[in-house]
Amino acid sequence: MNRNQSHAAFNIAGYTFLTLLALLCLLPCLLVLSGSFSSERQILTIGYTLIPEEFSTDAYHTLFKSIGEVLNAYGVTIFVTVCGTLAGLFCTAMTGYVLSRRNFRYRNQVSFLIFFTTMFSGGLIPWYILMVRTYHLKDSLLALILPSLLAPFYIFVMRNYVKSIPESVIESAKMDGAGEWRILVRLILPMCVPALATVGLFIALDYWNSWMPALLFIDDRAKYPLQYFLYRMLSSVRFASVVSAKSGVPTPDLPNESIKMAMSVIATGPIIFLYPFVQKYFISGITIGAVKE
Amino acid sequence: MGLKKTNRHLLLNDLKQNRSLWAMLIPAAIFFIAFNYIPMGGVILAFKDFNYVDGILRSPMVGFENFKFLLLSGKLWNITWNTIRYNIVFSAVGLVLQLSIAIFVTRVGGRLYKKFLQSVIFLPYFISFVILGSFTYNIFNYEFGALNAFLTKLGLERLDVFGNPDCWLGIMTFFANWKWMGWGSVIYIATITGFDPQIYEAAEVDGASIWQQIRKITLPMLKPTIIVICLFDVSRILKGNFELFYNIIGDNATLFNATDVIDTYVFRSLTRNFNVGIGSAVGLYQSLFGLVLIVTVNWIVKKIDENSALF
Repeated sequence: MNRNQSHAAFNIAGYTFLTLLALLCLLPCLLVLSGSFSSERQILTIGYTLIPEEFSTDAYHTLFKSIGEVLNAYGVTIFVTVCGTLAGLFCTAMTGYVLSRRNFRYRNQVSFLIFFTTMFSGGLIPWYILMVRTYHLKDSLLALILPSLLAPFYIFVMRNYVKSIPESVIESAKMDGAGEWRILVRLILPMCVPALATVGLFIALDYWNSWMPALLFIDDRAKYPLQYFLYRMLSSVRFASVVSAKSGVPTPDLPNESIKMAMSVIATGPIIFLYPFVQKYFISGITIGAVKE
Repeated sequence: MGLKKTNRHLLLNDLKQNRSLWAMLIPAAIFFIAFNYIPMGGVILAFKDFNYVDGILRSPMVGFENFKFLLLSGKLWNITWNTIRYNIVFSAVGLVLQLSIAIFVTRVGGRLYKKFLQSVIFLPYFISFVILGSFTYNIFNYEFGALNAFLTKLGLERLDVFGNPDCWLGIMTFFANWKWMGWGSVIYIATITGFDPQIYEAAEVDGASIWQQIRKITLPMLKPTIIVICLFDVSRILKGNFELFYNIIGDNATLFNATDVIDTYVFRSLTRNFNVGIGSAVGLYQSLFGLVLIVTVNWIVKKIDENSALF
């Protein structure tokens, strides 16, 4: 086999493999999308298909009739995501900055104390009991925000990025009489915009997709975030038990099956639209995070 | 004693000197103490017969009764084995997929279409685990699932996937890798991109084909990265995947023997069976075992490649 042939063979093998994987990645998404546009009758008689056999937008119409609850869940998720990301990002940046400073004598000890939390934990149950009985976070939106405010991985990504800024920049600012807070806010943070964007997007994605704190702590339906709202819908036999029959449609006629898929589409939609613009930040984030020291 | 005194003196001095820096650590300190370090004290629950009236501190001690129950009932072995089994298969399949993705993405010609494919493969990382539950329902549901719709069309018999414990190792492996392979390949891509291009150019001049270059250059040079990643996978062998398993399997008791992992068992002992003592005992066992594993693994990694060690 000569060189050109082997190159061509390699390219064909590579593209076939990658294309197959990409199709497998898209397949479940397409099935859900198609399910959301299938008529209830089709699903009950034939089942879910890759392309709707009987096209229908009934599921979206029904969802639209009880739009209040969907919008409310959206509102909770947006509130939690915005507050959590802003607060979390600021605390992450501050902590990462301190740990990056070479003249901070205890940086290794403090780093280890943070890192240790990833190696040993008290487990779910003591944590849960403490959250409910001691911190009284049952049915509080704080229960959705606080537990994932800081994550060791993001702190270390931030620390590694700040470390790449030459110490002399900080030294000369100090010579000019700037205090640590001023250096952080006016000098360091503006230089860290790429890292802040990356870490901020990671945190935001975590909050947007989070459902487990809601599963554990939220009973009040008005405080269901989007993913948990969807979770309840998927795990309940009938859609009507989640969205009350406010819509005036008698429950037996509600499209139960297609509506689960429609809700899945609505809960994921914004992420898919943002994805092409933000993915490069995520890739650079994983790469910085992997570089040690 | 003298040494301690100087240490304390140094710390006090530093607290004074670097006031602002220490102040910046306050939110993180509160966070990790409140949500990580204080709950660690809760491991005492593993040795107690917890009741909600007496709370954590005053519930009666029962010594090792909870552990004894877990061992005698065989439950501990069952969930440990499931957790290990799934993690090994997830990691092994993941390694092959991620390496292949990385090698092809870095070496095939062309740009735009390749970028597009890479983006699509990375996309599932953004999709929540709840949606994964929606996927499996859509595909495997007995009455309406796409799989059975397809089989019926072909005139074949329907499959009762949710009632059959044997199918789940494959399905879970598929979805675990579906979600993570794009993310996992990034590390390998970054490592390969960091290799000196001159090595490949020299090989090219010597007439090595692209397959030979991969076998003789890329893979051997990736070996340290692969070993380190595998070792850290080993250290996490008793951990995790709660979100994956709980969204896909939920409380489907038919599948518990085949799909119950440590994290789902602990979760159910809290929310379904209200067996706080037993659940905490499992949690402590998992944490301690995990700690021993990661310390050992880190020690081995340090011997192989000092720079890749975690601490």
